[in-house]
Amino acid sequence: MLENYLPILVFVAIGLGFGVFLELVGYFAAPRKDVEDKLLPFECGFDAFEDARHKFDVRFYLVAILFIIFDLEVAFLFPWAVVFKELSWFAIGAMGVFLGLLVVGFIYEWKKGALEWE
Amino acid sequence: MNGSEIATIDWWAWIETSFWIVFKIVLILLPLILAVAYTTYAERKIIGYMQLRLGPNRVGPKGWLQPIADTVKLIMKEIVVPKGSSKTLFVIAPVLFIGPSFAAWAVVPFDAGMVLADVNAGLLYVLAMTSIGVYGVIIAGWASNSKYAFLGAMRSAAQIVSYELAMGFALVGVLMCAQSMNLGEIVEAQSGGVLNWFFIPLFPLLIVYWISGVAETNRAPFDMAEGESEIVAGFHVEYGGMAFSLFFLAEYANMILISFLTALMFCGGWLSPFQGMGVLEDITAWVPGTIWLLVKASFFLFCLLWIRATFPRFRYDQIMRLGWKIFIPVTLVWLPLLAVWIKAGVWPFN
Repeated sequence: MLENYLPILVFVAIGLGFGVFLELVGYFAAPRKDVEDKLLPFECGFDAFEDARHKFDVRFYLVAILFIIFDLEVAFLFPWAVVFKELSWFAIGAMGVFLGLLVVGFIYEWKKGALEWE
Repeated sequence: MNGSEIATIDWWAWIETSFWIVFKIVLILLPLILAVAYTTYAERKIIGYMQLRLGPNRVGPKGWLQPIADTVKLIMKEIVVPKGSSKTLFVIAPVLFIGPSFAAWAVVPFDAGMVLADVNAGLLYVLAMTSIGVYGVIIAGWASNSKYAFLGAMRSAAQIVSYELAMGFALVGVLMCAQSMNLGEIVEAQSGGVLNWFFIPLFPLLIVYWISGVAETNRAPFDMAEGESEIVAGFHVEYGGMAFSLFFLAEYANMILISFLTALMFCGGWLSPFQGMGVLEDITAWVPGTIWLLVKASFFLFCLLWIRATFPRFRYDQIMRLGWKIFIPVTLVWLPLLAVWIKAGVWPFN
């Protein structure tokens, strides 16, 4: 059972190793010449006015929060869906109630304007 | 003495297993990298012809050697690490992006039983791996310490997570039909002719999955993350040379992966479309399943390029509206409908 996952582990390692290898190739094969102006962050030809890590729109944060809630929902749905055909009507109804609650929440956030990006 | 002998034998078995694993991985990765290289060529050619141009035609006959020339050029280009960037993260980000996009291929079957890791949670694993890629984007944007990169990363991350929801919901439909998370078993569940393929009962979910796939890979018309006309190249604006080509490789590997997954989950994977059609089935019986899978996946890959040539870029609020206000409600309606459909045993679920 678990030994089926060994190739996956090796594959992840090779995937990461491949990335490191290509970066090393680029590092050694390409010329390197540090010029002050070349090292500045790109800003349409200007010197950078200020640090780029400034405040960002709260809506990105909101999307992330909403994502966590709904992704959890998907995660709960997965095992339910895999055994779906063996489930009784009661189990399906239970998931219906759960989905219904989330739909109410979804409608609420929609009405509240959390999904607006004017 | 006896103990060390046993240890030696185990050691050899271990080496043999790992050799075969690595051999199979190379057997998957080499064609994949070649496919990526020639997808870039195909993309430029196809879009070229769609716009009444020739596309690349100088390097080698009909431009066939163009991807090779591009690779050599990228190798020879300097990787500039900008001043003021977080240097370690800056270097790690492309690796984090490409590692998972390759590793996701571990569970993709190419024919009946032709799969590297036959795990029972295959689909979940693919979903997990493709979502890890977003870390590469975020880290790249943050580490660059450039305003364009930062904006691109924020946009891209919000877009990817939004569409991942719709994608996840669409996959729930597939699971309900297939009763398995193993990609091979999902294909087997569709055997018995074209009418048994999942794209018929799951058609809305196929559309949702497919378009979400385009958005997940940051492809046009959802390429707000790059948006070259406004934020120049988005999260990888500061990357050059091989560091950039890692992002590029991973993006194309993801495109091919999405095409394969769509073929596997909705269009019968390696199954022949002529199953149960008498004469037609006999005539095409010699075609190996892998060919069918490749044909189907190539079709979806072609559609990806076609979409890019056809549609103008979406505005960001339109992207978010499509993801949250159209796709999620569509799947939320279709899943209960599907549940009743399957339980009622109406065609094709009888």
